[in-house]
Amino acid sequence: MKIDEIVVLVEGKLLTHGANNNLEVAGAFAGDLMSDVLATIKPEAILLTGLNNPQVIRTALIADIRLVILARGKIPSEEMIELANNEGMPLISSPLGLFELSARLAKNNIVSFEQGFKLSRYE
Amino acid sequence: MSDPGNLSDSSAKRITRVEELAYELTIAEVMTRNPITLDINTSMREALDLIGKNKISGAPVTSNGKLIGILSTEDLIRSLRDGRIDRKVTVYMTQNLITIHEYDQVVEALKVFSKTKVGRLPVVDANNKLVGILTKGDISNGLLNALQRDLEAEELIRYRASHLFEDIVSDRTSLILRYAIKKDDFLHGGAASNRIKKALLRLGASKQIARKCGIAVYEAEMNLIIHTNHGGFLRVEVEQNKIVMEAYDDGPGIPDIEKAMTPGFSTASHEVRNMGFGAGMGLVNINNCVDEMIIKSSKEVGTNVYMIINLDKAATQD
Repeated sequence: MKIDEIVVLVEGKLLTHGANNNLEVAGAFAGDLMSDVLATIKPEAILLTGLNNPQVIRTALIADIRLVILARGKIPSEEMIELANNEGMPLISSPLGLFELSARLAKNNIVSFEQGFKLSRYE
Repeated sequence: MSDPGNLSDSSAKRITRVEELAYELTIAEVMTRNPITLDINTSMREALDLIGKNKISGAPVTSNGKLIGILSTEDLIRSLRDGRIDRKVTVYMTQNLITIHEYDQVVEALKVFSKTKVGRLPVVDANNKLVGILTKGDISNGLLNALQRDLEAEELIRYRASHLFEDIVSDRTSLILRYAIKKDDFLHGGAASNRIKKALLRLGASKQIARKCGIAVYEAEMNLIIHTNHGGFLRVEVEQNKIVMEAYDDGPGIPDIEKAMTPGFSTASHEVRNMGFGAGMGLVNINNCVDEMIIKSSKEVGTNVYMIINLDKAATQD
């Protein structure tokens, strides 16, 4: 899916500018704990999160995330939007909750970009 | 383009690189130099031949080097329609001249093009002598060339950085990056790690390696912010065949390292968890990203976490 299609689908608002609308995203991941995100997200995913602070953007950059959607109508701070703009990370705010967001994306052929966590070293 | 004299703060943030370039570039950098000019004694027929032969859409008319008018394709069409193609160019040329100075910004020309119907502007120097001609096509080409130069400059930086280890010969070459991390500085949490990731990409690391290093060092950075007495330091040493990352602090130390390595185990406060951290996955994540992790910790000295990624091994694995 392209970013403007996703904005419509999640009834959201794109808060950053200069996003490359031709960017195709195929998978997503939902989570509020940034370490969980780093542990299990595949590259090039959409990140759905209820967390609303600049670490979301920094985590997204570290984990090669393509697009961040803030759930439940969270409005980020000016600093967070500026960081996202400076680093070229598209940021959408959606009024929907994480479950509804996930369900709508899944219905539109967005697959899970969650990879199995390796527990073997600790078993 | 919006009126540049009337920028609000929010629209100012939206200025693109192309718009910046319209202010940075001068007319002299994008114009066509030594344009084909027509003498006042040239006939419309000769002008038609010249314009056709050189595939241009108009030309300035000069008298002893002084600019006196401009002839466009429309003027040629008018003379053909009138059947007066043997008259002099001075009969049909536009005398009401809009010129632009060679050291004006490109944005000035854009303003003229948007306000008037002219297709080309004669460019003059400080003495009003004709030095070039400017069309919208010249501006597009100039902007595209400038964007291309930007791209090449970044590629050159990347190329130079990625050949650092080949260009500088020693028995053992390494590059060391150091970052001081403050306790409780959640606002900048992850900023150092993102700089490290960018530096590694510039040095020629693959996306996978940069991501792994980024995740490991990000977790270590957040640990310094969350768990230390006074913050600490990140130190990254890049060598040709391995990257050694180190996070160190002066306390309070990890009482039980094995427990700290258990997925989900966390001593982080409720506040920290509300900020999205303290999932109890930090050290576990680091361990999953690096080839070797060594933790040394004591109450007296503090904690050192060594994280090593072997590049030769990784290159064959990925």
